[in-house]
Amino acid sequence: MQDNTLLQMRHINKVFPGVKALNDVDFTLRKGEIHALMGENGAGKSTLIKILTGVYGMDGGEITVEGMNVTIHSPQDAQNKGISTVYQEITLCPNLTVAENMYIGREESAVVLHKKYEKRANEILKKLGIPARASQQLGSCSLAVQQMVAIARAVDMECKVLILDEPTSSLDDKEVNMLFKLMRDLKDQGVGIIFVTHFLEQVYEVCDRITVLRNGELVGEYLIEDLPQVELVAKMIGKELDELSDFGEIEEKQFDEKDIFYEAESLSSSEAMPFDFCIHKGEVNGFTGLLGSGRSESVRAIFGADKVNGGTVKIKGENVKITKPIDAMKHGIGYLAEDRKRDGIIAELSVRENIILALQVMKGFFKPISRSEAEAFADEYIKVLNIKTASRETPVGSLSGGNQQKVILARWLLTHPDYLILDEPTRGIDVGTKLEIQKLVLKLAEDGVSVTFISSEVEEMLRTCSRLIVMRDRHVVGELKGSDLNQTQVMKTIAGGETQNEG
Amino acid sequence: MKDNLKRIFKGGLGQLTIPLIAIALLVIFNLIRDPSFFSIELTLNNNGNTVLSGNLISIINGASELAVLAMGMTLVTAACGGQDISVGAAAAIAGSAFVKILKSGPSINIGTVIMAFLFACVVAMLFGSFNGTLVSVFKIQPMIATLILYTCGRSIAYWINGGATPTVSSPIITAIGGFIPGVPIPTPVLIVIGVALVFVLVFHFTSLGLFTQSVGINGSAARLNGINSTFIKLLSFIILGLCVAVAGTIGVSRLGLINHETLLLDIEMDAILAVAIGGNNLGGGKFKISGSIIGAYVIQMLTITLYAMKVPSTDVKAYKAIVIIILVVIGSPVIKSKFQKFMNKIKSNRQRVSVKGAE
Repeated sequence: MQDNTLLQMRHINKVFPGVKALNDVDFTLRKGEIHALMGENGAGKSTLIKILTGVYGMDGGEITVEGMNVTIHSPQDAQNKGISTVYQEITLCPNLTVAENMYIGREESAVVLHKKYEKRANEILKKLGIPARASQQLGSCSLAVQQMVAIARAVDMECKVLILDEPTSSLDDKEVNMLFKLMRDLKDQGVGIIFVTHFLEQVYEVCDRITVLRNGELVGEYLIEDLPQVELVAKMIGKELDELSDFGEIEEKQFDEKDIFYEAESLSSSEAMPFDFCIHKGEVNGFTGLLGSGRSESVRAIFGADKVNGGTVKIKGENVKITKPIDAMKHGIGYLAEDRKRDGIIAELSVRENIILALQVMKGFFKPISRSEAEAFADEYIKVLNIKTASRETPVGSLSGGNQQKVILARWLLTHPDYLILDEPTRGIDVGTKLEIQKLVLKLAEDGVSVTFISSEVEEMLRTCSRLIVMRDRHVVGELKGSDLNQTQVMKTIAGGETQNEG
Repeated sequence: MKDNLKRIFKGGLGQLTIPLIAIALLVIFNLIRDPSFFSIELTLNNNGNTVLSGNLISIINGASELAVLAMGMTLVTAACGGQDISVGAAAAIAGSAFVKILKSGPSINIGTVIMAFLFACVVAMLFGSFNGTLVSVFKIQPMIATLILYTCGRSIAYWINGGATPTVSSPIITAIGGFIPGVPIPTPVLIVIGVALVFVLVFHFTSLGLFTQSVGINGSAARLNGINSTFIKLLSFIILGLCVAVAGTIGVSRLGLINHETLLLDIEMDAILAVAIGGNNLGGGKFKISGSIIGAYVIQMLTITLYAMKVPSTDVKAYKAIVIIILVVIGSPVIKSKFQKFMNKIKSNRQRVSVKGAE
């Protein structure tokens, strides 16, 4: 054992009902390194991390921290042993203040000394450059800031091992850079960082080493210099690389005026500024822009998810009124929400019930889908979308993120929509599933379904969309198609005239 | 049906395990204490009917109002993540309304009884929608919202009959609260079966179950899937209102009079308890009505057992509390997961043994 080994996990095994989540996995973390843990959904990354943080017990194997054998009983216990985590989904309390969130559950004395903690919290926030006040309610901060507060909390606990589970999935570029700077600072102080992400570029930007898992087994540990990006992807998905580029070019489709499926004029909601928008039958378009640019708010207005304030909407040329989700659904519109946990899954209900939910709502209260019919639907989509679940009766909350997303996709596909809005369908999802979803989008378009696709990854949108609507500061600032659809042009439009050097 | 049985054997009884074990233990305990405790006999009652009697019958009969209320309470709990603490007071209102109509005519015949019951239903549904509106539209926590009716309900019941506690005597009322001539089973028991059947039919022919659970588990996602969660919550309170009317009617008919101060007093807490013992999450979400019904009978059996053991009625509540603490703790997630781990261990040990045996 080398001197600088900080954490070692050996022969880790974990079995869930019906699934072997981890099979004899080793993992080693050294002092002062940033170590990427990579793998597809269901590869076992989250499970490994939950074992390390005491959320799950393990069924076999051993963990040593600085050469000492340890057993981790609970997340609290992990924190005491210097292992801190920032999870993919924010697990703080939105109704407490920022300072309370940073110190909750770890006060030294029973009396909470608000003033003292607020002062300390403010210092840390300032040092890390997080735009929040300690006395502010956490819920009033943006998703990105909430995430950073979670990191600040972990940093303040003077941890030896810092686990970042998808910390960047809700951050924009500037915030990501800020986080990376912080990670490098911590690394110089000798902290070992485990970084779980789906953004390959980010791995190559900050990490020193990569451990790859696949289907609950260890593929290998590599130095970053030794593993080019393409090979990493191949190791993660275990497929031939050719399949990755199997997309081909999207053929330039010509749309007629009369093919317009949905058209909105100065549509606005309580969250979205007035905007014009249209989509043709069988077209894939996208909304892009930085976080908070209004892209999600705009599509929510189309679906009637927020209170619609004004504007005229036409479907197939006829005036319609869409003020709430059920109106949109009745006109053949489906909407996969950005926040899967909050707006998508009904966690405790089964995969079957989650899949039939939207169809059931459309059929109406008095026409329930029979059990056998529902089972047939569930089985069909579990197969078509290759959903990895122990059975159709498994609660959807116990599936991995990517598979939860597929269940929600299945829910909307089952309604056979004419127009499907997908807001960040690939966020927090592995490369393999991402490709599957992109392919599915293109296939839907071929079958005549209109799709609006939103993603934080511009590259992904360029691959699927034939038209991009660019938003900045809650306004549409451009529409790109044809030869303008390239990374540079998109960046330029997003950034606007004065900050072109960012592109 | 066969599939259902298979599911039960495969997945275990799930949330029904604890209430069923509780019933089984109470039965065994009583049998050891007094082997003839559950004996049922046919006797002639005051009205000259041949009827079933015995401890078991009085348990099942006595729990009728509680069982009906527990069914409605389950739905409100699931949809709103909170409980209605005004059901006892609302039942007094419904009972008073029932009596008001009965007393308004010159004589009580089958027509006036039906009219009176329908009037009681309308009144109880109105008060249910009052609670439901506070909860679903104004987003007031259920316990606070229903505290209003809890406080003033019995006063309203007092006003309805001008402060009197009128008696109603009629063979029809006796039949509702006691026995229908020629039928040996107490009528309240038949009413419970009827209400349970209505629930089964409603769940079969509507999406009430799926929508209620969706709203209770994740209101935001339910809304984005087109479910009108305000309506579902309101509906749960209206359905509970119907249950309240039924319970109030049974209660009045049993005694043959309306006493607005004592009718179904403190039953709200037992109804909530029945929901909890039935393994339902009081925070809303997934539910099983059958669990709550069993829960109601557990509570009643416990009470009768204590009385049979000659525990003074002032002490009964304390003993009840002890048993309930045990039940609730056993049903808690902490104990459940410990138990699951224990079972897994046994299972893997057994596998190991059988592998060794094979070698």
